[in-house]
Parts: sequence; C-alpha cells; structure tokens
Amino acid sequence: MRNRTTTPYVLVLPAWIWLALFFVVPIGGMLSLSLTTGNVVTGFQQTFEVGNYVNAVGTYWEQILRSLFYGGCATLVCIVVGYPMAYWIAFRAGPHKSTYLLLILLPFFVSFVLRTISWRFLLADNGVVLGTLKSVGMLPADAQVLNSAPAVVLGLAYNFLPFMVLPIYAVLERMDPRLVEAAHDLYAGRVQAFVRVILPVSLPGVFAGVLMTFIPTSADYVNASVLGGTHNTMIGNVIQTQYLVNNNYPIAASITFVLMGLLLVGIFSYARALGTERVMEVHT
Amino acid sequence: MVTTANSSTQEPVTAPERPGPAISLERVVKAYRSGPETVRAVGGVDLEIDHGEFFSLLGPSGCGKTTTMRMIAGFEEPTEGVVRLSGRDVTGVAANHRDVNMVFQSYALFPHMSVAANVAFGLERRKVAKQEIRRRVEEMLELVELGHRAKHRPAQLSGGQQQRVALARALVNEPGALLLDEPLGALDLKLRQSMQVELKRIQREVGITFVYVTHDQGEALTMSDRVAVMNNGLVEQLGTPAEIYERPATMFVADFIGTSNLLTGTVGDADPAGHHRVDLGQGLTALVAELPRGTSAGASTHLTVRPEKVRIGTERPEGDLCALPGTVTETVYMGAATHYQVALANGSEMTVYQQNSTDSALVAGRGDPVWVSWSPRHSYALPF
Repeated sequence: MRNRTTTPYVLVLPAWIWLALFFVVPIGGMLSLSLTTGNVVTGFQQTFEVGNYVNAVGTYWEQILRSLFYGGCATLVCIVVGYPMAYWIAFRAGPHKSTYLLLILLPFFVSFVLRTISWRFLLADNGVVLGTLKSVGMLPADAQVLNSAPAVVLGLAYNFLPFMVLPIYAVLERMDPRLVEAAHDLYAGRVQAFVRVILPVSLPGVFAGVLMTFIPTSADYVNASVLGGTHNTMIGNVIQTQYLVNNNYPIAASITFVLMGLLLVGIFSYARALGTERVMEVHT
Repeated sequence: MVTTANSSTQEPVTAPERPGPAISLERVVKAYRSGPETVRAVGGVDLEIDHGEFFSLLGPSGCGKTTTMRMIAGFEEPTEGVVRLSGRDVTGVAANHRDVNMVFQSYALFPHMSVAANVAFGLERRKVAKQEIRRRVEEMLELVELGHRAKHRPAQLSGGQQQRVALARALVNEPGALLLDEPLGALDLKLRQSMQVELKRIQREVGITFVYVTHDQGEALTMSDRVAVMNNGLVEQLGTPAEIYERPATMFVADFIGTSNLLTGTVGDADPAGHHRVDLGQGLTALVAELPRGTSAGASTHLTVRPEKVRIGTERPEGDLCALPGTVTETVYMGAATHYQVALANGSEMTVYQQNSTDSALVAGRGDPVWVSWSPRHSYALPF
C-alpha cells in the first residue's frame, strides 16, 4: 500500500518535471551563457565574465529605459480603455456577457504578428484613419503616426488589452452588487460609490492586469519592429538582434537577465506599495 | 419639494414636524417583463407605517416582501403608485436622497474598510463634522457592543458581529426608518434568538421606525408591533401579531402562521345566539361567530380553529360548544403538552394540543373514541 503522505508528492511530480525541464534548465543555461566569453566560430568558454552585464547596461540603457516607458504607457492606456470595458460587461451587458467576452478574445484567433501588421495599414500615412482626417482638413497633409513612439504604444496597448480587461472583469463580476446599493443607501452618488467602493474593491483585479500587461509589453519586440521604425527600438529588439543576427549569445543573455531583474524589482516594489494588504486600505 | 438627483452631497430632506406616517405606500405596483408576459411582483399594496413602529413584512419567498422594501429604499421604482416618507412623495427619488437606511441580508459591509470606517461612511457622505463623526461612530459601536472591534476588517469578525456592524452602519445616520432585509437569516438558531432580543432592545432605545422583512413567522410575531402578511404580491392581512395569529383573515394566513385545523363545509343558518352553523358533512356541524363578508347560507367555506383552543375528552362536553366525535389516530407526548391527531367521521383530521397541566396521564390512546370541542368564538369561517 502506498504511503498516504507520499501520494501528494507523486501527484505533483509531473508538474515539477515540467517546471524543471522547461523553466529551471533553460534559465540555468541562459545564466551560464551570460557568463561566458567567445563567439560562435571559436565557441563560448565559461569564464564567469561579469563584464557582459556592465557592457549590456552601458551600451543599451537607452533601450532599456524606453522599453519600461513604452510598457508603462501601454499599461496605462490598457487601464484607461480596459477598465470601462470590464465594468460595462460586468454590470451592463446583462445576458450577453459571454458574447462580449468572446469579442474581447476574438483577436487572439488571429496571429499576433498579423494583427500587428494590420495596424500598419490602419495607421498608414494615407490610410483609413489618417487619410480621412487629412482629406477633411483635420490633420496637416504631412502628419504621420507610423514609425513613432505613439504607434508602438498603441500597438502594445491593442495587443495586450484583453490581459487587462479579463482580470478586472473577474473581480467586478464576483463583487456583491449589494455593496453598490449599500453605498447608494448611505448617501453616495454614482461618482462617490465608484470612487469609494467599486474602484477599491476592484483594485486586486487592476493589480493583476497591470502585471499581465506591463511585463509582456516591456519585453515585446514585434510592435517596435513593425510599427516603430528605426528610432523607437525596445530592449526586445536588441536581444533579438544580438541573439539571431549577431550571434552574440553572452550579451543577449545578460541583457535578458538585466530586463528580468528590473521587472522583478519593479513588480515587487509595486506590490509593496499597492500590494494586496495595502490595496485594500483606502482610508480609516 | 423634490431633490435634484445629480447632487450627491445634498442632505436627505427630513420634514421637521414629521407630518403623516413614517412610511406610506399607496396602490404600489411593481411589474417585471418576463419574456412576453408581465409578472406583478407587487400587485397593489397599501401600507401606513407609523413613527417608531416595529413593522414586519412576512411571507414566503417570492411573495413580494423584499421588492416592497426595495421600493421604500429606492433601489426599485414602482410601476404604479406612490411611496411617501414622512408624508413627502419620494417616488422617483434616488436611494441616496432618501432618509431611510438598509441592513442587507448579506450585510454588504465594505470589505476594504475597517469597522469604524464602514460605520462612518454615511456620515462622511453627508459632510458631518469630523469630530462629530468620531463621537457618533464610537457611541454607535458601544450600542452594538463592538467598541473594541473598531479597527478590525469585516472579514475578521464573526457573522453575528458583522450583523451588528451592518446595523450600526445604518442606525448611526439616525434615519427616518430602518429597513432590515432578513437580517438574521444567515445566523444559527441560538444567535438568531439572542439577536431578536437585541434588535428589539436597540429599536426601543433609538426609537426609530423598523421595517423588518422575514419569512420566519416566529421572528415576525415576537418582535413586531404590527405585521403585514404578504402572498402573491398582495397584503393578505395586516394587524398585531395577536390579531394575525388569533383571527387569521384568509386560508393562506391561517395555514402560514402557526398550525391551524382547516375543515371544509357549507354555511348553514344562524342559531338564536347569532352563531352561524357550518355543515361539515356526515351529519357533523360546528358553529362560527361570524361569516366572511359576502358569504350567505349554502356557500362553501373553510372553518379554522387553532389546535390549542380545542379540548379533548372521552365524554361529550356540556354547554354551548362545538363538539365533534372522532377517533384518536396518533398521540405525541411533548413534555409540556400532548399532541393528538383525531380522525372525524367525515374523513377530516384535526390536531389538538392539550397542556399537561394536571397530571401526565393521557386522556385517550390510539384508537380510542373521543370528543373534540371548542368555543364558537375561537373558530372562524374563511373565504373559500
């Protein structure tokens, strides 16, 4: 007979093997790679060369900061656009909730790269949007959106919007509607009820949404390369070039770890500042 | 005067001289569209609830009691009719501009705020001075015996404590009326009983009108000054607990409140004492003090009498009584009383509660022939 206390461990074993194979081993490999010297022709030697990191930060600090800035902007856009969507679906969509949720997820049925490329057409200098605005004289004839920072942020926000909407929706949907009634009952108008009750109660959803959009948007390179032109490259583009074009694996790996470290520090300080315990505290 | 719905900070209007009843409903109807059909959750209710009264809306689930209360609170607007608070027409006035507060069944405490912040919420919205808020919140938490829990989060409290926070959060605003929607429903029996006493004490101390929605007849009877029994969106009977229990006006009330014996029969002629004879079939007759309006001889009726008003004996009793012969089919010894089931010759069953006041010997056992009897003033004919 199998010992009762070992059964749970046996059951999680597949998960552990999965994590070890596809998370721990690659991360370890990357870490060791980031501490090597050499090139593809002569091979890489494990020299524990910390200079790769100094080199990476010194050369690419501009792209690193830009990535965090674009990621932050895209996350903000996602909150501003996504919160009302989640709110509307949770409270106003009535029996059609699942239809609207499906609509939110529908773009995922098309490839990420294709979706991003389609924005090139939407934002083209004489395309549907700009062309129309120019023809009615609302924009000067030389106005351009493509190949600019706003185009990248817009593309990022578009691509990762569902990751903001869904966690906020999940929290609002679970919220006891009596809480809103109680706020009205205690003399709060619509604005007060939202600011004092609905928003604070839904903050954990916003928190989750921020994590799920800020991390992938900061590390993205497709939007920058398709919509950003040559002057708006993000750190993801650098990593891609170093890895696949220059075959400079040690530099690519060390930038990857710098980005990961920065995101982790950012997330933990954000969690501490607004984290689950404090997120709840509005006033006393 | 009608308050504008867009200013959220405006003080709800309380008429200083308090004209009229605390709450009055005039021909209030609430209809919902459900597919092609219109469902009337509330089908024309008239109520007047006095200042300082403990008033209960009692009925089974789906009877319209909660919808009625939500129309008083302002969460639902009546399809027809008028809602008045202290004489002022508040139909169409938003909930945040009404001088009533609600205690929700689920408590609906704000989970992100401390107990004190929950209680202070209403006063803050009404822009009461900070110091006064602190004083009144403290006072109110003392009243519900939760002063030591002010800084805790609702989730850290027990169900009974959360219940008292919900009560304090509403009462601290000194509303014209307090609306309670099955507030004890989530508590266990013992806690519920002690909270009943507690609620009654608090209501006496603050003197605020309480409107209490419940499906529990025990709660309604023990706490209320008056009870409205609702069924199918209508008030079946309105009266004091004793009136409702002793003199149910309809079959529904007789059946819903307590236990009743219901005997089907035909109205006969009046006897010299003014009692009406009811023919129960198989030669059995009983007397009732009065007939429902519009009922005359020959009409079908239900005769009702409470089990504790019926006496049981082996001999036919003397005097001006309703007396029917029957056979005991079951006896249940309950300690303070014994419950008998008696089968009558016409096939009806009657329940009789006999106090075990003199000795513990049973009057009769299963299968024994007995006489059941009661005074005509305890039996009523109900509309068929």
